[in-house]
Amino acid sequence: MSVVLFWALAGAAVVLGVLVFRLDSMAQVTFALLGSFLAVAGLVLLLGLGYLGAVIALMMVIEMVIMAVFMIMFMMNPAGLMPMTMTHNRRGSLVISVGAFVVLAAGILLVDWPARDGVPPPDPTFALGEALMGGQMLTMMTLGVGLFATIVATVVLSTDRGRYDRLGDELDAPVADDPMGGGVGR
Amino acid sequence: MTLQLFLLVAAALFAVGLYGALSQMSIVMIMMGLELMLNGVIVATAAFWYYVAPGETDGQVLVVVVITAMAIEMAVGFAVATAIYRRRQVDMTDDAADLRG
Repeated sequence: MSVVLFWALAGAAVVLGVLVFRLDSMAQVTFALLGSFLAVAGLVLLLGLGYLGAVIALMMVIEMVIMAVFMIMFMMNPAGLMPMTMTHNRRGSLVISVGAFVVLAAGILLVDWPARDGVPPPDPTFALGEALMGGQMLTMMTLGVGLFATIVATVVLSTDRGRYDRLGDELDAPVADDPMGGGVGR
Repeated sequence: MTLQLFLLVAAALFAVGLYGALSQMSIVMIMMGLELMLNGVIVATAAFWYYVAPGETDGQVLVVVVITAMAIEMAVGFAVATAIYRRRQVDMTDDAADLRG
């Protein structure tokens, strides 16, 4: 059963991943990528990591829905009604990626991997939580600071005109420098 | 199911993502390629945890790190795409080649 599941999920992950760069419609592309992520979440679940598999599935669903919005905002061909190619150096990329796969596969098949050491804990989620709140606390704190920096950076990058653009560096301009008047009598 | 099979799937995902990141012109599509590459890393890490050191939790922690990296990459990538599009109406990498040596 799990072998069948493995092949189905592995095939789905790779085939949907390839479709991401083959399909024309941006909506289809986004959902192909979502399918690939969900298949990977299934593979992680298959390895007994229930919590991480569920996190991947939930996170990727949200992420891809947001991505669909951005695709429609930025892509010139959101519905895929005009078949067009938006690639450069296709042959070189193909050679590099196939070469990378061949090198990786050779390494995977030739390396003498170490034998399995230990058995999975009865509750891997509990073990993960204990690690993150114990020995790996520094990792968790670094991730937290990284995520906070991301919030600040994304807001700064995506703000068009902030209060310093409107009211000067000291925020003391008597009248806001707006491209267009508005509000109550200004 | 063996470690090698999982790693081969991971390598295939990584290679597909690499092709996308190298060949696509749209910034959003490049981010999709990068996400696919990280997707492969998740499979490889989870497989290493299960088949090499299931007694330790380090593999699981590494998966958490990769998932966080995916989220950060996506958020900052979209912020950069928004900023450059607002300033210069650019959404293709070929139009943003100022730093080309």
